[in-house]
Amino acid sequence: MAVARRSFDAVVVGAGGAGLRAALQLSEAGLSVAVLSKVFPTRSHTVAAQGGIGAALGNMGEDSWLWHMYDTVKGSDWLGDQDAIEFMVREAPKLVYELEHFGMPFDRNENGTVYQRPFGGHSQNFGERPVQRSCCAADRTGHAMLHTLYQRNVRARTQFFVEWMALDLVRDASGQVLGVTALEMETGEVMVLHARATLFATGGAGRIFSSTTNAFICTGDGLGMAARAGFPLEDMEFWQFHPTGVAGAGVLITEGVRGEGGYLLNKGGERFMERYAPNLKDLASRDVVSRAMATEIKEGRGAGPHGDYLLLKLDHLGPEVIDKRLPGIREIAKKFADVDPVKDPIPVVPTVHYMMGGIPTNYHGEVVVPGFSNGRGDAEAVVPGFYAAGECACASVHGANRLGTNSLTDLLVFGKAAAESIIKFLKENPGRKDLPKDAAERTEARLARLDGQKNGESVAEVGMEIRRTMQAHCGVFRFPDMLAKGVKKIREIADRVTRTQVKDKSRVFNTARIEALELDNLIEAARASMVSAEARRESRGAHDRADHHSRDDSNWLKHTLWYKDGDRLEYKPVHMKPLTARPIEPKVRTY
Amino acid sequence: MRFRIFRYDPDKDEKPAMRDYDVALDPHDRMLLDALVRIKEQDDSLSLRRSCREGVCGSDAMNINGKNGLACITKLSDLKEPVELRPLPGLPVIRDLIVDMTQFFKQYHSVKPYLINEDPPPEKERLQSPEEREELDGLYECILCACCSTSCPSFWWNPDKFVGPAGLLQAYRFIADSRDQATPERLDDLEDPYRLFRCHSIMNCVDACPKNLNPTRAIGKIKELMVRRSV
Repeated sequence: MAVARRSFDAVVVGAGGAGLRAALQLSEAGLSVAVLSKVFPTRSHTVAAQGGIGAALGNMGEDSWLWHMYDTVKGSDWLGDQDAIEFMVREAPKLVYELEHFGMPFDRNENGTVYQRPFGGHSQNFGERPVQRSCCAADRTGHAMLHTLYQRNVRARTQFFVEWMALDLVRDASGQVLGVTALEMETGEVMVLHARATLFATGGAGRIFSSTTNAFICTGDGLGMAARAGFPLEDMEFWQFHPTGVAGAGVLITEGVRGEGGYLLNKGGERFMERYAPNLKDLASRDVVSRAMATEIKEGRGAGPHGDYLLLKLDHLGPEVIDKRLPGIREIAKKFADVDPVKDPIPVVPTVHYMMGGIPTNYHGEVVVPGFSNGRGDAEAVVPGFYAAGECACASVHGANRLGTNSLTDLLVFGKAAAESIIKFLKENPGRKDLPKDAAERTEARLARLDGQKNGESVAEVGMEIRRTMQAHCGVFRFPDMLAKGVKKIREIADRVTRTQVKDKSRVFNTARIEALELDNLIEAARASMVSAEARRESRGAHDRADHHSRDDSNWLKHTLWYKDGDRLEYKPVHMKPLTARPIEPKVRTY
Repeated sequence: MRFRIFRYDPDKDEKPAMRDYDVALDPHDRMLLDALVRIKEQDDSLSLRRSCREGVCGSDAMNINGKNGLACITKLSDLKEPVELRPLPGLPVIRDLIVDMTQFFKQYHSVKPYLINEDPPPEKERLQSPEEREELDGLYECILCACCSTSCPSFWWNPDKFVGPAGLLQAYRFIADSRDQATPERLDDLEDPYRLFRCHSIMNCVDACPKNLNPTRAIGKIKELMVRRSV
């Protein structure tokens, strides 16, 4: 099969917050850029972010990037790289102002500045008291931000390939990344997009769990492509459970509800967070709140007929505040929980929300791997031509637990940083390397296998099996025997993934085929997560093990790297040295 | 629960047909999209767009028992059986419930849907009062699902010339923004027998919008501004 080829300076895979911020920078620099997206850009999952963007603007009272940095390091349970964290929190205000200049409809204060609300784990003066740091547009910040970035890209005439799914990375014999193969969904055509630089901004993989706030499209496509091409995945055992997903539906209720003054109750009407986090209470960081909720449910204090959820109370805020600051939440609660929060509390449970791990990068958005053949054999050699930003990347600014609002900050800061690295790389490397003859080989083999498969299992069935296994074996509380069994199960499922069958053979918008191709990515994310979790014998951030209750800095203050090849693990050190600030030494983490 | 779904695959079908499905639902299946996911488990050839499943991404707009809406926030308990599902009207069908939205987005892009302000940006944010910001409420929340434009007879007849309710709502979103400096140019661009004035206030758009926005009101405001500047 002859596969069509097109050449660009840069290919950006994914058009969520990180992809669009990067694309804008690249387009405005006059480069030829192709932005690929499985969905129309404004349908990317950034659109569902609610609560805000973390940046120490100090509009509501004193704030400082040093405090934001401290909160982020502490929130990460000291697994975050302090150089990357310093870079992010110092860049954040500039990027928020820039977004405002692009037209973002931020909420405003009386004096005309951007309104900021309190959020979990964000504090004044190194943990003393809550601070208002979250820059928001009601409870639709992600929607406002994604549309603003898309609009700005319309102005910059960015070239989009809408409803194109990237399938595999193209590497040459030296290991350099030279683009991707991709499928045009409407026609079923495959193409090689030859690029001098390739940026992954493909988002998370929350769809490996059955109970998730994530959209259907969050299938870890970048992770699957990277893993198949031989790149490791970092810190995949760290999955954030958001404290407030609507019970049963999984739909997100922003932490902004608690930021605006809402709080959680158990069945006895007790504000139980006072027991678990006496200082910040309901605004402790997400891993802490989710664990407290899971404990309440486990110990029989859950609400509802089956005692399996807790109650988020916000009626005391009054209809005015709710309609002004949290209108989307009111809509969601009515639709998905049959509750009007102006009168009644919302039933909520901890729900999978965010992947702290991902493709290893440095704070320039460059992908870094140990002992890359062209590198100096160090632990973090830069892969020429390959970049990642946003949830699919692990810089690592979130470490073992991300603070609310830092995901949007991450998208903006590292989307832009990666684009600037690309611009620099292209200037310094003016030539274009040829595509290898077998550029599309892996992709063609996958498609041919799927077309020819007989007597295979359905994609829906195997997908369900992945989600059930992850949910049961790799949840809020993790147990050594369950993890060991989980690894065995996930490896068996990985085998079944290679034998799935699609009945629909049409070329035109074949979504069954798309789902089968996504399954190849989901399984890599799931396997990386389970294997990494089983191996980490400590409790840190979102990873909580029944047999090792505390953090173990002497043995485990290190990043995990999982390789698909051999299903094996390596580790690399955490960057404890910031760029200019004083290092924040590990200590006991309380809120 | 019983469904009648519009099916058409240009790769093998000569013409479209309605196909019946009877599907056993799980007690957790609450929204129409849940039922469609179940149907797809049985018949993987059913094609539709979907993503966020909570009404913010705008992917799964379709015609549900004769009315445009989002499958993910349409409650099954509110639907009369058999539930008749068709692609959004007025746009070319690519396959099954998937329509070609090129024309819709072309109209959206035609209104220059981005802030125009040629002043050098200040070091910090541009100031905007809460009252000025409030002018954007009911406008910026649009999710570009196309439920409104594809329920509008004027858009059906002139999709290439009439901007349509979604595009006009966004045109007004920027006109209404205290930070935007291009109101005269934006009004000039719309002062045309088709681009704006094909709206005859039929108000199907208001009825169809799953986010409870009101494009007709926004269009009225644009017309008002045009009248005001001509006197």
